[in-house]
Amino acid sequence: MKLYCLSGHPTLPCNVLKFKSTTIMLDCGLDTTSVLNFLPLPLVHSPRLSKLPGWVSKDGTINLEKELKECAGRVFVDSQPEFCLPERELLDLSTIDVILISNYHCMMALPYITEHTGFTGTVYATEPTLQIGRLLMEELVNFMERVPKAQSATCWKNKEIQRMLPGPLKDAVEVWTWKRCYSMQEVNSALSKVQLVGYSQKVELFGAVQISPLSSGYSLGSSNWIIQSHHEKVSYVSGSSLLTTHPQPMDQSSLKNSDVLILTGLTQMPTANPDGMLGEFCSNLAMTIRAGGNVLVPCYSSGVIYDLLECLYQFIESANLGTTPFYFISPVANSSLEFSQIFAEWLCHNKQTKVYLPEPPFPHAELIQTNKLKHYPSIHGDFSSEFRQPCVVFTGHPSLRFGDVVHFMELWGKSSLNTIIFTEPDFSYLDALAPYQPLAMKCVYCPIDTRLNFHQVSKLLKEVQPLHVVCPEQYTQPPLSQSHRSDLMLELQPPPMPYRRCSVLNLPFRRRYERVYILPELANSLVPSEIKPGTSVATVSAVLHSKDNKHTLQSVPKPPPAPPTKKRKRVIEEPPVVLAPKPLLSGAVPLEAFLATLQKHGISEVKVEETADGHILHLQAEDTLIQLEEDGTHIVCDNNEPLRTTLRDLVLRFLQKL
Amino acid sequence: MPEIKVTPLGAGQDVGRSCILVSIGGKNIMLDCGMHMGYNDDRRFPDFSYITQNGRLTEFLDCVIISHFHLDHCGALPYMSEMVGYDGPIYMTHPTKAICPILLEDFRKITVDKKGETNFFTSQMIKDCMKKVIPLNLHQTVQVDDELEIKAYYAGHVLGAAMVHIKVGSESVVYTGDYNMTPDRHLGAAWIDKCRPDILISESTYATTIRDSKRCRERDFLKKVHESIERGGKVLIPVFALGRAQELCILLETFWERMNLKAPIYFSTGLTEKANHYYKLFITWTNQKIRKTFVQRNMFEFKHIKAFDRSYADNPGPMVVFATPGMLHAGQSLQIFKKWAGNEKNMVIMPGYCVQGTIGHKILNGQRKLEMEGRATLDVKLQVEYMSFSAHADAKGIMQLIRMAEPRNMLLVHGEAVKMEFLKGKIEQEFSINCYMPANGETTTVTTNPSVPVDISLNLLKREMALGGPLPDPKKPRTMHGTLIMKENSLKLVSSEQALKELGLNEHQLRFTCRVQLQDPHSDPDTLHRIYTHLKSVLKGYTIQHLPDGTVMVESIVIKVSSSAEDPNTKVLLLSWSYQDEDLGSFLSNLLKKGLPSGLC
Repeated sequence: MKLYCLSGHPTLPCNVLKFKSTTIMLDCGLDTTSVLNFLPLPLVHSPRLSKLPGWVSKDGTINLEKELKECAGRVFVDSQPEFCLPERELLDLSTIDVILISNYHCMMALPYITEHTGFTGTVYATEPTLQIGRLLMEELVNFMERVPKAQSATCWKNKEIQRMLPGPLKDAVEVWTWKRCYSMQEVNSALSKVQLVGYSQKVELFGAVQISPLSSGYSLGSSNWIIQSHHEKVSYVSGSSLLTTHPQPMDQSSLKNSDVLILTGLTQMPTANPDGMLGEFCSNLAMTIRAGGNVLVPCYSSGVIYDLLECLYQFIESANLGTTPFYFISPVANSSLEFSQIFAEWLCHNKQTKVYLPEPPFPHAELIQTNKLKHYPSIHGDFSSEFRQPCVVFTGHPSLRFGDVVHFMELWGKSSLNTIIFTEPDFSYLDALAPYQPLAMKCVYCPIDTRLNFHQVSKLLKEVQPLHVVCPEQYTQPPLSQSHRSDLMLELQPPPMPYRRCSVLNLPFRRRYERVYILPELANSLVPSEIKPGTSVATVSAVLHSKDNKHTLQSVPKPPPAPPTKKRKRVIEEPPVVLAPKPLLSGAVPLEAFLATLQKHGISEVKVEETADGHILHLQAEDTLIQLEEDGTHIVCDNNEPLRTTLRDLVLRFLQKL
Repeated sequence: MPEIKVTPLGAGQDVGRSCILVSIGGKNIMLDCGMHMGYNDDRRFPDFSYITQNGRLTEFLDCVIISHFHLDHCGALPYMSEMVGYDGPIYMTHPTKAICPILLEDFRKITVDKKGETNFFTSQMIKDCMKKVIPLNLHQTVQVDDELEIKAYYAGHVLGAAMVHIKVGSESVVYTGDYNMTPDRHLGAAWIDKCRPDILISESTYATTIRDSKRCRERDFLKKVHESIERGGKVLIPVFALGRAQELCILLETFWERMNLKAPIYFSTGLTEKANHYYKLFITWTNQKIRKTFVQRNMFEFKHIKAFDRSYADNPGPMVVFATPGMLHAGQSLQIFKKWAGNEKNMVIMPGYCVQGTIGHKILNGQRKLEMEGRATLDVKLQVEYMSFSAHADAKGIMQLIRMAEPRNMLLVHGEAVKMEFLKGKIEQEFSINCYMPANGETTTVTTNPSVPVDISLNLLKREMALGGPLPDPKKPRTMHGTLIMKENSLKLVSSEQALKELGLNEHQLRFTCRVQLQDPHSDPDTLHRIYTHLKSVLKGYTIQHLPDGTVMVESIVIKVSSSAEDPNTKVLLLSWSYQDEDLGSFLSNLLKKGLPSGLC
């Protein structure tokens, strides 16, 4: 059993598990932090960006003016942004049988895998994961395609040149594997391979392995996965949350008794308390609005935004923001808001109860109805005429490199009245802001990451007690910036097995048993005998059938009746057909009882001689010797087959057969 | 032999008050808990005293499963849980859990408030009953306890309708509830995987019907409504608030839109809006087309269909009214019917099945004079049309489901005896499986023959699979030998050697030694060689070795030769074998006794 690790990003994992005869990809995360190295894609022409100076090395030997631009001391690639894909060389990805998706953030690399590697398998995901994942992909494609950039910069990737570049470009890894965004056609094709599953649904893979998604409490439809056979169990934990937000609570108990637990997707903000952050978010928002400024919230179009809107729903009146317009701008804003209302099965209990009334589970329905929240597909069209300031705008992409957010950065960045509030934890806010420097607008960083923190995870692991834990190496040491915080790492006994991009781990399994089914006919013919109290044994002779990884045992078919023999019988010449070998014997033959039995069978003239290890019985009338010892019996008998078989059967009476 | 027992308390050779008891692997399950629309007395509810005479049912039932929200499947639930007494788990899907209490409350109101019955369940009882409900998701495997697991499948009949797979160990039963095998305008088709249950319990409402295409029926329906409207008549369509109502509303809505019709369409009772809201929130339970387009256009937001007010019934001019309930046995539909029955321009369209005893059933059977309460009679002059829009599987659909699930036995409920008989014959003929159709209170017992799951040691299995080669030879099956250790609840199959080790037992060697005298005028080594040659020719396929130390080994049997002291031509063969080679050893000693053939060199 092996684990191939194709991504080094702890929250955007992509691992491949070889388990029995199946090859299972666990998540398909796309590392989008690579886009921070690129210039933003403005929706309308930006004189500022177009005037940025090109980069030439100090000694003037390397001139990449066309590809690289300098802004506030940092260098950016002027090209269509590219993503860092999962490793594709570590193993042949066409051999992957299934891909299990744990939540909609961890499937963004799916089209790269399913469309360009010869993949012919099935992808398993829950319905909300599929639907919202589709929206996020659609949004990404839309962001990229509506501002096409002819230029594709590649010179800078040359190893010799990259070495000479200033950081962080210099230190970017795997740059040759970086790829541009996929097309909508590829997204549709990839998603057509998804098979929907429900929580606790058991899916058989090739009869060898059973997979089952469990609620992970992190987002709508998010799941952890159990991968098990009858005797081995692997738990895959990815992006889980114990906080009470909108999704169904995490199913912890089903993770118990795992041989191996693969742990990914812990919080990226171990020191930030989500509730505290939410409070800060609200107060900063209110402060800015009151001062007459605008608030920009760069965010994904699904997930935490539902909680932010719910929080604002309660906050608006008390903070006297009843007249402030809230805008949600995304090509999928409407779909995201609508979809969130139809997944009653996947919601927390409180929200389910609302649906039973029947009322929409999320209060943003009411915000929309009362015109407090308006959503638009983009800044073009209706929005430009209806837009009023001061206002609050939720829009993507949180990297600030593409999407409508770029426009608002250009629009509001110069005024210190305005505030940008970062809530998504995926990108460093300083890096995100770098190409907009110098900025006058206020920046507030309140990352809300509801995933498990180290305290919660160690409690969880104590509870479910896996034999071994596998995790990204980042979790086995404190974060670089806080190297003294030994509470910000996993401390376990036995220590977790760390992995990094391109690791191949041998998972510590000792498979000893396999499930086999005894057919009723054979089961009925078995004769159990009690060896010791509570333990019985039966010898089994059977024909093994193995089909589709299912094993069954059935009775040995009776040999067909021998064809009528010719006159002269030659039966004795035929060597015996051994149907069943004799069982092994165990126990000892007690002398007195054996003598008594012999007597019963008319053998009374027995001379008993004691030896070092037992006794020798001399059956005088029959001229036969029986040597009885603790662990063996030896019958020496000449020319008297009937007697020998009688003695054999008498001895067997005292022994257990295995 | 393990057995599965099925006893219908309702819906046995009947439609109405579905309630089926199943005993499987020591577990007792109640499937549905419905009421009968045709009765107003005790027969309205299933006879729970069958389960126990002494009150509470909790200790006799492991769980109750409700297939969908129709009252003939859940109408007796609060009575059963709160008045008879049951505190165990009740399972139903989310939409059923949402809608069921509303219909129950409606039913209660009609019975208690309008008809003035007492000794009926109260609103509080409905609430208490619903607290015992655990929601089911499609395809989720729910572990009721360590042994009993249930899994719901999409049934299509109404919003949230489910079929359920019940499994204990390797025995299983599937109960279909009501289902529909063809997708319609708002729901998808029922689906189940090849789960090969021991028994498939299926409804059989339309056991003998093979319905013509849905398109024809729809065209027919629209034509009739249209004609009636054209000549200024009023059309009454009695429906249940949820289910066919939405289907027909979608149908009329699109027709009105296309034909640009102006006659008003009304939907009675305040439930309508609420009902449509449920469809919007549970859109994932509707068909693919509606699910795909719901963001752009929600099919359950109707433009032409308005809420009905009682006074509208007397308005002049044509109109279409959807009114509840569907069988004309009470409520608004009955009131409107009474008002409109006298005018032959009007029309009533019965879009679903009507239970015996209801007015719906009477007029469908051509009765033109109805006795009403208070000895008044009602002349029925309006046109009566029947059009099956109820989303039940027809004979073709039932057969299709059997092919999907591949059950070992079939059991029919929720249908009329005569029709069942016909379908039973067809099923037995086409699938060669037993088909049962027990009456209420009658128990069907099916013996099952489950395989026994055992843990085989991987060593033994691998050895066996390696020896057997990739393709087993059907003519020469390889026999595998091992020892089954039964300890507490575990069954382990291991090699005999491993069994000894695991049980901490010593091996006991049983050996035999036998002297055989043989006349053979050759030197000892020659005799030995002759024996070797002889055995080689007789024992094909055995390992026979001539060892340099002057022995011949056949498998593990040792043969030695020495000359008799008196006569060098008389040889004494010494055979020695262990009990494990008993058959071969015995054969060899007999064979050698007969001497060596002369032709040997």
